[in-house]
Amino acid sequence: MNLSPEASQALEAFEQARGWEQRARLLMQWGDRLEPLGDSDKTETNRVHGCESLVWLVAVQDDGQWRFKAGSDARMLRGLLALLLVRVQGLASDQLAALDLSAWFTQLGLERQLSPSRSNGLHAVLLRMAELATQG
Amino acid sequence: MFQPSPWRTDFPAIAALQRQHQTYLDSAATTQKPQALLDALSHYYGHGAANVHRAQHLPGALATQAFEGTRDKVAAWLNAADARQIVFTHGATSALNLLAYGLEHRFEAGDEIAVSGLEHHANLLPWQQLAHRRNLRLVVLPVTDQGHVDLEQALQLIGPRTRLLAISQLSNVLGTWQPLTPLLAHARAQGALSVVDGAQGVVHGRHDVQQLACDFYVFSSHKLYGPDGVGVLYGRQDALALLRHWQYGGEMVQMADYQSASFRPAPLGFEAGTPPIAGVIGLGATLDYLASLDVHAVAAHEASLHQCLVRGLADREGVRLLGSPEVALASFVIDGVHNADIAHLLTEQGIAVRAGHHCAMPLLRHLGLDGAIRVSLGLYSDSDDLQRFFEALDKGLELLR
Repeated sequence: MNLSPEASQALEAFEQARGWEQRARLLMQWGDRLEPLGDSDKTETNRVHGCESLVWLVAVQDDGQWRFKAGSDARMLRGLLALLLVRVQGLASDQLAALDLSAWFTQLGLERQLSPSRSNGLHAVLLRMAELATQG
Repeated sequence: MFQPSPWRTDFPAIAALQRQHQTYLDSAATTQKPQALLDALSHYYGHGAANVHRAQHLPGALATQAFEGTRDKVAAWLNAADARQIVFTHGATSALNLLAYGLEHRFEAGDEIAVSGLEHHANLLPWQQLAHRRNLRLVVLPVTDQGHVDLEQALQLIGPRTRLLAISQLSNVLGTWQPLTPLLAHARAQGALSVVDGAQGVVHGRHDVQQLACDFYVFSSHKLYGPDGVGVLYGRQDALALLRHWQYGGEMVQMADYQSASFRPAPLGFEAGTPPIAGVIGLGATLDYLASLDVHAVAAHEASLHQCLVRGLADREGVRLLGSPEVALASFVIDGVHNADIAHLLTEQGIAVRAGHHCAMPLLRHLGLDGAIRVSLGLYSDSDDLQRFFEALDKGLELLR
């Protein structure tokens, strides 16, 4: 598994986190690092449905590599999106399709955030990403 | 001061949830079940399952007897005059859909259906879609800031063109009792049929359908401490006679040939296919259990906990209640904090509450909100549950702020 420096940093921080409180604080910190979306990105096409919160996923393929931007009006979700993006940034479609993202969140100790019954929307974002990977 | 629930230990799941560090405050979504229900299900499956109404053998006779026994118990619970006025469905939603299809032939283009602005999707969408099919006008009765149907406006809006009024007894988002008596009387005077969605209302206190004088009353078993997959439709005798059959097969058939068939009247005529037998028997056991409780003690317990919930929320800075909740539940938002974030942090701390639109998107949009957090109580809830919730809420807010 080739992790980017940012992803390695995230993994290290979350592996060391003790308890829900520390994980929540870390999530908020990572969410704050997420590059804010411009209004032109917050379009209906980029909107990911199936979430109680507003979530946008902007995906562009540049020279065979995926570049993602994401945003949400909910803070914890921004953190989850940031952790997702550090793992998938710059991957090719076949790499993205082969990547086990639920394993990534499990490593971070955040596997419960992926459940389809959770309304936070991370599950819907992963489905959208999988769709993009197979189309690209 | 600690306020215990004397009925808590009757619900084994509460202790099991507590061992998993879960505080269950989502009873308006579904309730935990009493031991009496678990015993009834286990007894039925353990002593011989059989289909109802169609077998001459002993297990079939016993199952039918138990199944029909529940019909009597439901009739008694609602004070219906006759058990034949009780139709079993697969839930409140399916009962409301049954009505919207069964009554469809009664509507002509231009007729009006009145619903309140606070309806759960289950009591909005069947009527909305019926209106689309038949070119009807869906009239939405406005809701006051407190969370009641605005009576003055409603009495104006329900007129001679209104053929049906469909309204909740108790709001699943606002926790407010609706002014059914004047609304139903007015609808009746205008010649409109009335449908009361009792999904939340039936859980709190005892309600007398004859006194309510509605044409139809609907509720679901699982919110009333019974099994899921079972709903109840009560109908006034004349009103039931208006219904056309809508699902076919099973014991609803009287005579069938290749090209034609005739069907039974209510209740069996509207119970197509094999009904949820175990669930209906289980509901009977739940009603026996509930009937054994002191109704005043339950009401007093619920009222006092609810007061504690509403006060505790009102005491916290930035918390905004939706409407003025009167019983069982309270929904709220917090200024400057996304409800998804609060929900996330409450979940992390083992507090099971509901976040989102509560299956009432139009109401939430009307209130200018994307969602809200709802805390709801059951008769097994106690003040420690609320204390844990408030501690978790404070901790979550501290983190977020």
